Amino acid sequence: MTMAPQTPTAQTPAPAQTRVLADQIRVSVPQRSVRSDLRAVSIVWRRELIRFRRDRLRAITSLIQPLLFLLVLGTGLSSLAKGSMPPGVNFKTFIYPGVLAMSVMFTAIFSAASIVWDREFGFLREMLVAPVSRSAIVIGKCLGGATISTFQGIVMLALAWLADVPYNPLLLITLVGELLLLAFTLTAFGVMMAARITQFQAFMALTQMLVMPLFFLSGALYPLRGLPGWLSVLTRIDPLTYVVGPMRHALVSHLNIAPLAQHLLSPGITWNGWVVPTWLSLGMVAAMGLVMMSIAIVTFSKTE
Amino acid sequence: MAVHTGPEAGAGDTVSRASAGPSNGIATPETDGARLAVNVCGLTKSYGEIEAVRGIDFEVRAGETFGFLGPNGAGKSTTIKILCTLAKPTSGDAWVAGRNVRTERDAVRRNIGLVFQDTTLDNYLSGAQNLRFHAALYGVPAAAVAPRMRQVLEMVGLWDRRDSLVMTYSGGMKRRLEIARGLLHAPHVLFLDEPTVGLDPQTRSSIWEYINDLKTREDITIFLTTHYMDEAEHCDRIAIIDHGKIVAIDTPEALKASVGKDRVQIHTEDDEAAIAELADTFGIEAGMHEGAVTFSVASGEQFVPQLFARLTVPVRTVSVSRPSLDDVFMSYTGTTIRDAEATGNDAMRQMAARFGGRR
Repeated sequence: MTMAPQTPTAQTPAPAQTRVLADQIRVSVPQRSVRSDLRAVSIVWRRELIRFRRDRLRAITSLIQPLLFLLVLGTGLSSLAKGSMPPGVNFKTFIYPGVLAMSVMFTAIFSAASIVWDREFGFLREMLVAPVSRSAIVIGKCLGGATISTFQGIVMLALAWLADVPYNPLLLITLVGELLLLAFTLTAFGVMMAARITQFQAFMALTQMLVMPLFFLSGALYPLRGLPGWLSVLTRIDPLTYVVGPMRHALVSHLNIAPLAQHLLSPGITWNGWVVPTWLSLGMVAAMGLVMMSIAIVTFSKTE
Repeated sequence: MAVHTGPEAGAGDTVSRASAGPSNGIATPETDGARLAVNVCGLTKSYGEIEAVRGIDFEVRAGETFGFLGPNGAGKSTTIKILCTLAKPTSGDAWVAGRNVRTERDAVRRNIGLVFQDTTLDNYLSGAQNLRFHAALYGVPAAAVAPRMRQVLEMVGLWDRRDSLVMTYSGGMKRRLEIARGLLHAPHVLFLDEPTVGLDPQTRSSIWEYINDLKTREDITIFLTTHYMDEAEHCDRIAIIDHGKIVAIDTPEALKASVGKDRVQIHTEDDEAAIAELADTFGIEAGMHEGAVTFSVASGEQFVPQLFARLTVPVRTVSVSRPSLDDVFMSYTGTTIRDAEATGNDAMRQMAARFGGRR
């Protein structure tokens, strides 16, 4: 990227930048700067929000699948699971963190898919030819996707009573924070894929193919102990595990049950017997998100 | 500012200095005379073995409406892409608004407005939201956004529809919105790549009204490509481009005057015999263009009676026309623009067939 080094000297104070000249509003576009890139991030982010607000149908439909899992699967299996649940704990409560993650997942991937959509309908070009850095566009997109999918997660969180989850402020704040992190990483993943995949159908097919295995291997529906070796390894590879685990840990520690029962429900993620601390789990997810976003930035910077 | 070397860099530098004053890019009347909006030197662009642009040079003065006229595939879009920094030249150089397209991409992009052939609007946003998005990306000062937006929207007659979603706009309205958006950041040069392609004739002429109106209102250079002859007439100067080269460049009037002859087209019972007879009897070289025997003579009306008197092949229809840009195109390239497109398409089909056959 070339930037003229004269930026600070050539710039005049803001009021002089616009002046009325022969009935025409004169606009002079300033040099590119960190501020203009931040403005670009903010407008790309705002566009995601505007479009999400318009698309109520999408907001409602993406609630259906998580609700199916929670209410139908959760209720259906609760009689089977009763024996292994500590007394007074509902099976729906147990799978609730997974359901929360799921509600975020679909929205995050779908919001990244809009890049493929934008490319097909030409709007991506409007963004890519603008005199702002490509990273501003990608960052704005990732933050926008993270925001709307977290919002979707919050809607699901508001329905916590369906799963007998207490409305404890500290618990809710923790869960929202973890959902935000998950939403960001998933959007970054989607954006990274969308940077390379140019066909909408191919993108949706590929992401759908990945979403379900990610969900099933994350321990969203079962505790991560006593698993056969192959499954145990796969669950540790799944990045979603490292969000669902901490979310369940937070939830279980706010239930009014004995410590032993807590451990039974949320044994923690172990690597060869070593319990991975929560900060490391979440840190790894954040790092993955940042790495994938960087890859997306590099890919978009290369394309013309 | 990058330092350019070589004689061709001179013009570019002059413009840079002119626009680097405290007004930061605002045109001042004193410098207008010396300004070049576009300066192209020995530009070439190859895609693999295909040479899309084969060494072109031209200048566009500030405030001009400059048209690139040629059939599809002549290199128009490639040239415009290079000038907009969307493609890199293989060799040669170009300056737009005094900025080098190779080394000062961002500076070029800030100073140009772009309207592409294909729409690049967000259908799910309103017209105003599309413009606000653009204003933020191009760093239009916040205080100027609202008044400027109103100005450009009123200019294209969309102020009343600003809050409607773009998906409810007609094709012509979308194109007008794109023109408004291209003007929003007050670019020095507005690039219009086939601004009326795919629109019905009525909408086409209304788009031209807006473009002509724009010239009187804004201090702007317009660079456009078209393959419609009648549209090229709106330009101050046109360059005729064929097979990646500029074959003529002048005002439409001067180009037409340079042809000097009227065009006569006749439909006959036996076209081949008519062509042979025209050569024998009148010493006129005629050819088949657009399905008619076509030739040029100095004064067509006076020639027609002779034609009827001396031609033995029965003539069904006759048409005589003053030199148009069609004739200019024909006299410089030896073919009409419609013929050129037809053969171009044939060549493409043949190529497709060849590649298809290899599979």
